[in-house]
Amino acid sequence: MSLDKSIIEVKDVSFVYKSSNADRPDVTALSDMNLSIREGEFLAVLGRNGSGKSTLAKLMNALFLPTSGTIIVNGLDTTNEELLWDIRSSTGMVFQNPDNQIVGNVVEEDVAFGPENLGIPPEEIRIRVDTALETIGMTEFKEYAPHRLSGGQKQRVAIAGILAMKPKCIVLDEATAMLDPIGRKEVMRILRKLNTEEGITIVHITHHMDEAGKADRVLVIDEGKRVIVGTPREVFSDVKRIKKLGLDVPQVTELMYELNKCGYNFPTDILTVEEAIACLKQSLPSGKEL
Amino acid sequence: MSIIVENLSYIYMPDTPFEKVALKDINLKIEKGEFAGIIGHTGSGKSTLIQHFNGLLKPSSGRVLINGIDTTGKELRELRRDVGVVFQYPEHQLFEETVYKDIAFGLIKQNLTQEQVDAEIRKVIQTVGLKESILDKSPFELSGGQKRRVAIAGVLAMKPSILILDEPTAGLDPRGRDEIFGFITKIHETMGITVILVSHSMEDVARLVDRVIVMNDGQIELDGPVKEVFSDIQRLEGIGLSAPQISYMMQELKKILPDINDRVYTVSAARDDILRHLGAGGSRND
Repeated sequence: MSLDKSIIEVKDVSFVYKSSNADRPDVTALSDMNLSIREGEFLAVLGRNGSGKSTLAKLMNALFLPTSGTIIVNGLDTTNEELLWDIRSSTGMVFQNPDNQIVGNVVEEDVAFGPENLGIPPEEIRIRVDTALETIGMTEFKEYAPHRLSGGQKQRVAIAGILAMKPKCIVLDEATAMLDPIGRKEVMRILRKLNTEEGITIVHITHHMDEAGKADRVLVIDEGKRVIVGTPREVFSDVKRIKKLGLDVPQVTELMYELNKCGYNFPTDILTVEEAIACLKQSLPSGKEL
Repeated sequence: MSIIVENLSYIYMPDTPFEKVALKDINLKIEKGEFAGIIGHTGSGKSTLIQHFNGLLKPSSGRVLINGIDTTGKELRELRRDVGVVFQYPEHQLFEETVYKDIAFGLIKQNLTQEQVDAEIRKVIQTVGLKESILDKSPFELSGGQKRRVAIAGVLAMKPSILILDEPTAGLDPRGRDEIFGFITKIHETMGITVILVSHSMEDVARLVDRVIVMNDGQIELDGPVKEVFSDIQRLEGIGLSAPQISYMMQELKKILPDINDRVYTVSAARDDILRHLGAGGSRND
């Protein structure tokens, strides 16, 4: 699988929410967005509430259609209605609230919902459901009622439901926002696994900077515009700009930034504890025996 | 004393196959004016505990006293006025036609004149950092962050002496989060009310509160000043929690600099302590 092939192409896309009320103006949620997501990459999307992240996500599987510009998903133009099922089965979405997206009374039934709608033969569905549940490590819960699961487990079931449709890409719209730290870790681990082992492209919208730090690339959106794209290291090293955009950087990145303000010259692209320690070590008074 | 919890146990659906012990023999005292954080993973009992603080749940055994009132008594009205609870995603509870009416909902049930209600609404909307012009809008026209503040304003308008916030910034971006914590800190400082923050964010808890109560499996695992609780990283991890990234770094740093303060959990405190050491060596590398 080549990293150079793009799976989602966003070309000059604008999206306007038309106002139904004459007193209120239309709202432009995205303007002139250009983005190429490579097959097999793990992209994190950051931005303030209302910056256009969710709109972008919904454009990626034809829940919304661009007001202008085009979106090509897996080679398919999302405005072509006849391709809707192909588009939706190649790009699955996971939303913020796990309770809003589970439809089955039993876990395995929920996972089967997607492939059933695609008209897959029952024998094949059985295999896909079992494989999907095994991949996300939820086989032992397959006969559970979904309400007995934790938030993180529910989100994994939602992911399994998408996996059963054999997607090329999964778009997660703040899917970890309602989870506790354990649930977040579980979901991130699964996403990493799907990305590296199955080659599935991941688009992960999040407010958690530590999660964005683990992505291959980070896109920052502000007021409907693409403002920064780069590796987490590149993006977070500009602490001043990130803060100005109303976002955060990892604590150690901020620490180095603060120390530099006091006259030091530490690298600005530190993301982890280990990197921070390595840098600080070098600057410690070397003459003293510690 | 704001809150006294004595030998509190709580069992969901007792005497059924679904019986679940959610709280086991909890003892806790929270002083008037304290800013306490409650952390713990999902299912550890945090929500069950705070629902005892305004009498939504009654103890299966033991008792809970709020400002001296036993929550099993008949003074529920008084109790609920004293204790303001901001639940998770409180904006889901907005229901009135306008922001004004929504905030007024609790106030008009008290014996206040129209003028007093009006003055209180105008005051509280400023407290949460919104403009008066928002009062005539429908809550459903607002952004997520604005809705959240309106919902909190509705609770604050009742002038609770104890404010309980369950994940008040979940789903908000970092600036939205800072704005909400900004006015909460201010209310705590200026009005001297007791604030209890339930959160999954160790960084937020570390920055804001004086005392951390760690729940695990229906019991209090740790209870103490922030620096003590976050210095026990192994124990926190053992129960599925973590400490702020800076705590991990300072503990690592202590291995090479034994006299560094590893009970540090905010960026500014870490900076000051590290500067103290770097400065001593005079090895500024600029």
